[in-house]
Amino acid sequence: MLFVYHCRHPCADLSSCQYVLRLLKYSLPASVLTKSLGCLCHCSTGSTGCSLSTASSISVKLIKSRELERDELRPLYMDFQATTPMDPRVLDAMLPYQVNYYGNPHSRTHAYGWESESAMEKARKQVADLIGADPREIVFTSGATESNNMSIKGVARFYKAKKNHIVTTQTEHKCVLDSCRIMEAEGFDVTYLPVKNNGLIDLKQLEETIRPDTSLVSIMTINNEIGVKQPIKEIGHLCRSKNVFFHTDAAQAVGKIPINVSEWKVDLMSISGHKIYGPKGVGALYVRRRPRVRIEPLQNGGGQERGLRSGTVPTPLAVGLGAACEIAQQELEYDHKRVTVLANRLVQKIMSEIPDVVMNGDPDQRYQGCVNLSFAYVEGESLLMALKDVALSSGSACTSASLEPSYVLRAIGADEDLAHSSIRFGIGRFTTEEEVDYTVEKCIQQVKRLREMSPLWEMVQEGIDIKSIKWTQH
Amino acid sequence: MAASSGEHVLSLYRLLLKESKKFPSYNYRTYALRRVRDAFRENRTVEDPKVVEELLNRARDSLALIQRQVLVQKNIDVVTCGFCRVC
Repeated sequence: MLFVYHCRHPCADLSSCQYVLRLLKYSLPASVLTKSLGCLCHCSTGSTGCSLSTASSISVKLIKSRELERDELRPLYMDFQATTPMDPRVLDAMLPYQVNYYGNPHSRTHAYGWESESAMEKARKQVADLIGADPREIVFTSGATESNNMSIKGVARFYKAKKNHIVTTQTEHKCVLDSCRIMEAEGFDVTYLPVKNNGLIDLKQLEETIRPDTSLVSIMTINNEIGVKQPIKEIGHLCRSKNVFFHTDAAQAVGKIPINVSEWKVDLMSISGHKIYGPKGVGALYVRRRPRVRIEPLQNGGGQERGLRSGTVPTPLAVGLGAACEIAQQELEYDHKRVTVLANRLVQKIMSEIPDVVMNGDPDQRYQGCVNLSFAYVEGESLLMALKDVALSSGSACTSASLEPSYVLRAIGADEDLAHSSIRFGIGRFTTEEEVDYTVEKCIQQVKRLREMSPLWEMVQEGIDIKSIKWTQH
Repeated sequence: MAASSGEHVLSLYRLLLKESKKFPSYNYRTYALRRVRDAFRENRTVEDPKVVEELLNRARDSLALIQRQVLVQKNIDVVTCGFCRVC
């Protein structure tokens, strides 16, 4: 099988041709190079072209060295909560708007603007259909972080005169918690509700916390770290009965579980593009019109997006988000079934082979594709390093730079040592059974190996109760 | 009528699988193969000719999409793109 690679680098002489061939070495798949010639190099300058015989002999040497370096392959992707690869159908929908139909959707005077605008409105309808909303209630933003900021700061500031209280939970995304902190600095009163050990909030406690001067309750639908699904319908009904606006960060939930904002009585909902196999850099905010939710805009300007978020709507990204939402709606049942099967397979296999594994979060009220396991007597970071050919994370991507264990795990009451040894497995639309099996096998192997090296594990095997030990300082 | 459309369906199915195998990326390739197979299997018993025609149109659109995307993914600059784990 002959594979022809077009090198875009103009080859001025043989040495640069060799350089290009060396670069090619890192991108040729091993299985292709078994039989015939590896590549042909097209040299653009006519005068000193590279001779094909030298090129092919170099490539043969590269082939031989290439087959030995099997470790340089890319890791398996098992981190679907951090981000998701773009679905090819989404890219296909976006490309015409990146290349040919590049008009500004707010240009009213020419065809470029009209076609862009119609694409943007079509995308708006696709997003609205997924959550059961009206297209006029969707505002395109730059992502769920901006949507969260807009909702919390916007609603709180608009109703500041009469209402001064915000309610949220301790397990929210950092952007929500940080926005609430800023609101506190502005003089608002914020209550951070604790969660039960299974990650769910206590509805009784929420009801008691809501005061007459509460303007907003913000609770995320599916947690990005432990996968727990909050009882949004009940919370929505409670908030509506108390005349309080209800915002939910549905970034991880949209396209994965059926959502209906009218049934759930949700007033504001944040949507993220890159969590549903769409492009990065785009999101949406659902803002209810009946009963009307007023927001003080964060971004002022030409009055686009109903004045709530000025700025040119990025047509290709919006089209991508719309396509991703439409695909998610069509594939929701199929993906959900598949993800549940794979997740159960992963958890069953791991838990049956190694003892002392704890799943964080409620086992029933969850989205199955986000599995957070704590391996006792094993350090989380070292397990991640050991599983270097699987892309996993411990805790969320936005907090992974710090050394502290995740605040979500601390909020659900996990022990310090269990919180340090937690790994989050993300399963999504593109995960295969082979990937899950490989991950499970590697995980079991590495956990056993790390436990062999652990003195705590030795002590546990001898029957010593770790909690009863009094550790002393030297 | 049924026999010819049955052959038509089979030839579309084979074409879709043939094109899906050309994806350079492991995840996209396995997803396309699996999804095509499951979609055809699921709609195996559909009788209504209008629905069949609509499904076949969707299949043709998917075929064109896969062909386009395979081209795009293969022609991304070879030097800068990564390579899949299990090729």
